[in-house]
Amino acid sequence: MSDAYDVAVIGSGPAGYVCAIRAAQLGLKVACVESGSYEGGFGGTCLNWGCIPAKALLESAALAHHLKSHGAEMGVSPISVEYDMAAAVGRSRGITQKLTGGVQFLLKKNGVDIVQGRGRLGGPGVVLVQADETTEIAARNVVLATGSVMKTFPGFEFDGEKVIGSREALGSDSLPGRMVIVGAGFVGVEFADVFNAFGVDVTLVEALDTLVPLEDPEIGKTLERSFRKRGIQVRTKTRVKELDRGSDPMILTVVNADGSEGIEKTDVVLMAVGRRPVTEDLGLDERGAQLEEGFIEIDEWCRTTAEGVYAIGDVAGQPMLAHVGSHEGILAAEHIAGQAHHPMRYDNIPSVGYCHPEIASIGLGEAAAREAGYDVVTGKYPLSAHGRALTAGSAEGFVKLVADAKYGEVLGAHMIGHNVSELIAEVGLGRDLESTLDEIAAHPHAHPSMSEAVMEAAFAALGRSIHT
Amino acid sequence: MATKVVMAQLSPTMEEGKLIEWRLSEGDTVAQGDIVAEIETDKANMEVEALGGGVLRRILVQPGQTVPVGALIGVIAGPDEPIDDLIASAAPASAEPSEAEPAQADPADVEPTPSEPSTEPVRGAESGRTRASPVARRIASESGIDLSTVRGSGPGGRIIKADIEAAITRPAAEPAAEPGTPTAEPGTPTAEPGSTAVTAARARPTPGLVDRVEEASPMRKAIARRLVQSIGPVPHFFLTTEIDMGRALELRADLNARASEGKIGVNDLLLKATAEALTRHPGVNASWEGEGIRYHGSVDIGIAVALDAGLITPVLRDAGHKGLRRISDEARDLIERARGRELVPEEYQGATFSVSNLGMFDIDQFTAIINPPEAGILAIGQTVEKPVVVAGEVVVRKRMRVTMSCDHRVIDGASGAAFLGTFKAMLENPLEMIL
Repeated sequence: MSDAYDVAVIGSGPAGYVCAIRAAQLGLKVACVESGSYEGGFGGTCLNWGCIPAKALLESAALAHHLKSHGAEMGVSPISVEYDMAAAVGRSRGITQKLTGGVQFLLKKNGVDIVQGRGRLGGPGVVLVQADETTEIAARNVVLATGSVMKTFPGFEFDGEKVIGSREALGSDSLPGRMVIVGAGFVGVEFADVFNAFGVDVTLVEALDTLVPLEDPEIGKTLERSFRKRGIQVRTKTRVKELDRGSDPMILTVVNADGSEGIEKTDVVLMAVGRRPVTEDLGLDERGAQLEEGFIEIDEWCRTTAEGVYAIGDVAGQPMLAHVGSHEGILAAEHIAGQAHHPMRYDNIPSVGYCHPEIASIGLGEAAAREAGYDVVTGKYPLSAHGRALTAGSAEGFVKLVADAKYGEVLGAHMIGHNVSELIAEVGLGRDLESTLDEIAAHPHAHPSMSEAVMEAAFAALGRSIHT
Repeated sequence: MATKVVMAQLSPTMEEGKLIEWRLSEGDTVAQGDIVAEIETDKANMEVEALGGGVLRRILVQPGQTVPVGALIGVIAGPDEPIDDLIASAAPASAEPSEAEPAQADPADVEPTPSEPSTEPVRGAESGRTRASPVARRIASESGIDLSTVRGSGPGGRIIKADIEAAITRPAAEPAAEPGTPTAEPGTPTAEPGSTAVTAARARPTPGLVDRVEEASPMRKAIARRLVQSIGPVPHFFLTTEIDMGRALELRADLNARASEGKIGVNDLLLKATAEALTRHPGVNASWEGEGIRYHGSVDIGIAVALDAGLITPVLRDAGHKGLRRISDEARDLIERARGRELVPEEYQGATFSVSNLGMFDIDQFTAIINPPEAGILAIGQTVEKPVVVAGEVVVRKRMRVTMSCDHRVIDGASGAAFLGTFKAMLENPLEMIL
């Protein structure tokens, strides 16, 4: 066992490759196993068929939408705007290729041995890798980072053409005439934005009360107003019942809030109803790694119930976010190296949607803060009068801070508007440091930036708004 | 290949160590296994072995310096090997060995919840500013908590909200003296930890006294930390009884008259009686654990031993199966080595019950703080001749008061009283101890 690896990481997504690199930085001998699956590859779903290509297409969409809606008023009038999905997707694939190559480069640069094949747990200290043949790797510790795949409902099985998921949506050159998107979480609303901007007739169906139902309800309402203005049809409190793929166009039966049924005719159905962790054929049962609600159960150091086996990222539980996976990867690597000091806190993770207008939130919502027993004060700053938002031609939305009235402790932030994805880090760091509204209000945020809106929300919460 | 000499974690509760002396100088040749230094931990003095051979190229910590567990204290390398990178990259806070993790499951080392699973040094303490979060500062100032008395559990030793909240809910110190410390202080008036009222009240300095702060020794810090962990969360209640020691002392005199060596002491009788009582009352030989009670399979009695700088409690193992002679011999050996600071961790951890005797310090009675995770401790006072009423007549008897502290999660009044009753019966009818 003297030339056994200290760590074998199975999966090279944002959780896996970050774990491998961190472990190598700490002087450990590391192997990273990558199977190159349908939704993955080096860099995982994130780089290949998730975060990155989605954001690339969202940029193309934003450009299209902005030119159409604000071009003339900004003094840039295109004669016509033409949509070339193939070119947009081509650019997106190019970025993905560059980044996945980058991941391989970084792994090699840090001395991580890359092993191609599908990894699974063997006996203690052994990882089996299935490629053309099955080989064995000796590793003292194993980190499972196998990620997740698209989920769908019975009756709505993926066929890659008429019923698709994000994988196909991000890779298809062609644009359907009509599209129904089922599910209005971040994935659903982002695709609604993209396809609407490229001229597709989009209907967005959501079973719960608002779009982005896990966010502050006002955010969902603001987004809905913005989407309706663009011609996206929004059907909330609506469930999908069944799909007749045979007819042309397809007929989708939905159930409305009052129980009545309705029909939507569509060319494509895009399922955006969530993802499920990849836990099959990993040898979990044999090694005693227990599952909890489908995910691999982990403790606060990312250890599974199997000796010497860790799990990180989407396969290890909610929230299924790349940045959570990356930090779990760092924690697991540090723990293996005996250098982990603090487990991760899961109550301060930013949640961001990159549709336009962007959405970002962290911490407790107003209702949750009250339920937790805080004496709650909120400060809401509308962007309609915000300098930077107006100059950007995108002044819909708001920044809202939720705080504890007694000590001013910042409990949460909820935002929708231009570039708010970049504003949430301040609040995240502030909450890690147990900051209060006073610290945010006291810092002279650069003018005229979007970040000032966070400061203005703090002023509002303190009852001393200057600009509203 | 350079070898790091680090402040190793030599006991599960150890968080820092003081360097006492280097056995070698810079430039000396070292073989793997050689003793390179002596360090003082929270429990005993221990020796540091070289994990690799070479030349002791650099000494980074001087005698008298205290550093956290994991800190780099020296470097052994080849005579010409470059070591500057190694020294530069060794953060003072690194390397808590993952082998230490299983040791935290040791019931003798209960961590307070929320637990700080590993040791992180207080960075920034050197800069003189107390690192505390804005929320923590605000709550502290409103609640009158002095930040300098609060131990930070946040990153880098930062004081965070949870630390202040814990400081607020900590109850006032017991007015009685602490167990086993020969220099026990009289009850402080408003002994609220961190209260600023006490310091503000001092006026003119008294001749002969010097106003100063002395850093606590590792042992004193460990005592402070552990007993605060006990008196906070453990619901203590106390039972006192007075025992007639006449027959026990007669028995002792008899045994010693015919003993050629190794006299039996009163304390040995007390330990034997304790062992017998625990065996007959297994509900007291137990610990609160999580959501239930762990009943221990053996009787392991911690004997409180006073040292110059504090207190340590070596464990008399399996006392339920040992006769008085053997208890006496083993206790003598443990106490002697405890005083010589020669005990190894296995010898002072894992007791199921403790006994503390302040009789030799002229104390009639006292209440002791339970050593977690035990459920009880017996505090023994001195035996004095006093008048008592027997069958309507006033007679002079030798009487000893004992106070039992009980963890109410494990022991109730009646069961504690039953145990104490058995303990008393054993001493007043010593021949019962052979049954």
